[in-house]
Amino acid sequence: MAPLALYNSLETYLVIGAMLFGMGIYGMVTRRTLIGMLIAAELILAAASINFMAFNRFTAPDPATGQIFTLFIMAIAAAEAAIGLSITIAVYRHFKSIDAEDTAQLKG
Amino acid sequence: MNPSTLASPGLFTVEGLVGVVFLTMAAITLIGGMIACNSDRLVRSLSGLVICFVGVAGLYFLLNSPFVSMMQILIYVGAITVTISFAIMLAAPEEKRKIGPPSLFSGPLGFIAAALIAGGFATLAVRTEWTVHEKINDGSMKVIGLQLLTDHSMVFELVSVVLLVAILGALVIARQGREQ
Repeated sequence: MAPLALYNSLETYLVIGAMLFGMGIYGMVTRRTLIGMLIAAELILAAASINFMAFNRFTAPDPATGQIFTLFIMAIAAAEAAIGLSITIAVYRHFKSIDAEDTAQLKG
Repeated sequence: MNPSTLASPGLFTVEGLVGVVFLTMAAITLIGGMIACNSDRLVRSLSGLVICFVGVAGLYFLLNSPFVSMMQILIYVGAITVTISFAIMLAAPEEKRKIGPPSLFSGPLGFIAAALIAGGFATLAVRTEWTVHEKINDGSMKVIGLQLLTDHSMVFELVSVVLLVAILGALVIARQGREQ
């Protein structure tokens, strides 16, 4: 397929979403700070949203549903970011560190 | 997919220019994602996230939904990344020390796992025959507004309650231990 016609096919967007998802998983596994993990989680959410929007544009009968669902994903992501960051700050106050390795109080 | 989309448009036709814009946006998205998941410092990683979200907003625009594209810039680039940057300033004073030796899981095995997942999803997406349905409306901003207040009004209200509870909870959690 010609590279300039790629924008008009569902598979291109799905592949971009899959690559973003892989980057998010990689960041989630390799990051050792809580904020880094949160950034990786945002990447994963963005990948899911891209998939919703692509199916919404190319296959779904009602092209408003996917957009509305993406808006709901954004709202939930905002709530998740707020809660995650307040937990991060609480962990930092308690342990003086946001490294995931240091928060091991329950380790035997 | 109908076969007319497979033909290569000329560079200086409308379709060709849209294709150029799409390739730019996809490159911005992927490069931003790579910076976000790979850089050593959290501030650079956050800048990569902003770049990635701007690219994603461009992709949404090309997917025929300018409203969601604007919301993406407003909510993600304007609000969420600013919140994360506040958290970085509050909680990560200086990352002078590189934290410990990297373990086997955090290096090659993590990369292999991520590559397997992404490759599997991409293969699945390309190999599947997707059924295309007839559109019943045009998906414009007016239709979105009408559906938000009729078909999806319950979810709309519940999301606002969830946001309120999340903000209150965030304030309560972050307040504890402030007196010390």
